[in-house]
Amino acid sequence: MTAYIAHYLVMVGIYAILALSLNLLIGYSGIFSLAHAAIYGIGAYASALVALKLGLGFWGGMVIAAGVGALASALVAIPSLRVSGDYYVVASFGLQVVVLAVFMNWTDLTNGHAGLPGIPRPNVLGWVIDQPFEYVFLAAAFAVLTYAVCWRLTNSAFGRVLQAIRDDEIAAQAMGKDVVRVKIVIACISSALGAMAGSLYAHYITYINPSSFALHESIFIASLVILGGSERLAGPIVGTFLLLAIPEVLKFLAIPDTVAAPVRQIIYGALLIIFMLVRPEGILGRVRSETEHAK
Amino acid sequence: MSMAAESPIMSVKGLARSFGGIQAVNDCSFDVRPGRITGLIGPNGAGKTTVFNVITGFLGADRGSILLRGREILGLSPHQVERLGVVRTFQHLRLWSKMTVLENVLLGCATPAGENVFSLFLRPGAVRAEEARARERAMEVLEFFGLSGRTHEFAEDLAYPEQKLLSMARIFAADAPVMLLDEPASGLDGESLRRIVPLVRKLVEHGKTVLLIEHNMELISELSDDVVFLHQGRVLAAGAPAEITRDPALTEIYFGV
Repeated sequence: MTAYIAHYLVMVGIYAILALSLNLLIGYSGIFSLAHAAIYGIGAYASALVALKLGLGFWGGMVIAAGVGALASALVAIPSLRVSGDYYVVASFGLQVVVLAVFMNWTDLTNGHAGLPGIPRPNVLGWVIDQPFEYVFLAAAFAVLTYAVCWRLTNSAFGRVLQAIRDDEIAAQAMGKDVVRVKIVIACISSALGAMAGSLYAHYITYINPSSFALHESIFIASLVILGGSERLAGPIVGTFLLLAIPEVLKFLAIPDTVAAPVRQIIYGALLIIFMLVRPEGILGRVRSETEHAK
Repeated sequence: MSMAAESPIMSVKGLARSFGGIQAVNDCSFDVRPGRITGLIGPNGAGKTTVFNVITGFLGADRGSILLRGREILGLSPHQVERLGVVRTFQHLRLWSKMTVLENVLLGCATPAGENVFSLFLRPGAVRAEEARARERAMEVLEFFGLSGRTHEFAEDLAYPEQKLLSMARIFAADAPVMLLDEPASGLDGESLRRIVPLVRKLVEHGKTVLLIEHNMELISELSDDVVFLHQGRVLAAGAPAEITRDPALTEIYFGV
């Protein structure tokens, strides 16, 4: 039972990082991305490959994962965010599809559908983290770090510029803000953090394959943000705790596995629709202003 | 001509811009003299807002040149033009409506350290000091525009005349020498007008150069030092407001036959 709860908490930590980082785009910048699962996957694969082929450990893998994630995002952001935020939805969808195709078809590198087994556990100062409850602390530490980074970014002059771009991009330009640069920077930071979550996941499960990083996963991460409330920093965390609990609750009801998966999807879909109709601002709702309290 | 007396801070020369078959601005040339209020007038469709959009980098030009203190600014992007010292308001204000009055003005203040991701994490002391200075400046600006009682309200919750003031406060905070005001008096009633006119005057007392678009002829006569009359994208006349408003030919064009 402890191991079971520990596993739930590790996954909450990983998804909280994904949701927090995606919310930098969706909530704070008004840029909708459908590529966050691909970025998550890039982080996982980069970290796993670095560990398996180069023998670099968890830490080196995570740094490289963050770098590759940011780079992949920059490649898409630089051409598409020049035009307008709306194009990013389409461009990020393209990135998601292409990245998944690479995971599945570049078999020499990724081993295709069969995936990559035997990813080593993280080693923190000589201590190998191989128990789920130990991993809870690692995942929580990174979730807290991500939260701190997001807090600093959004409660600052930089965060003010993000909101200004979201509210009225033309006014932001007229006030001397380099809108394109700011959007590219935030897309890269969001992706670096999302790729870190992938690294945490790969070294936790020790086996990855493309199915964990498909489009439905991108939509799931976006649901965490939207249901939790994209206007507040803590919103995505609330969304993560709740939505990750749904499959666990379903396990206690005597539903066969073949039915449980589609039932889960139906619940997610229904929740999204209900929230869009009844409470579009999400569970935590709207806050008047955050950068007001910046120091 | 009297306008050549002082060297201009901004000089528009031979500007042309068409949209499809429509020549919105055509061989348009005029000077803006420093420390003065220049009124850009003309009937609807004369090309006034197009000129504003080209000066501020939101639109490209087909031909021409715009010199700011001798430096070509045509072809620069809007944020580059702003950083060289030209700020503007919009006819439809474009306030950040979901942000507070204070935040709207803070976005006008210079906060380079706080807007830079690296210094945000690596130089927290400098960021904190800069933010404190910006807040002080923003409060002074809000005081100047009579909005200090509205600091923490959402921009969208202000009454229209106050929103108008806020749109001017925001660009005044940027401390740019040249301020372009797109119809500062439109949609205002008598009392709000009496509040805004002296404010525009005060901008000049603070060393600003103002170029404004305005339809209210009375206001133009009262406020402007120089007037540029635009018609079909060309400058028909430029001079003192009294000369322009007394010219029967121009009056006919302005009010239609």
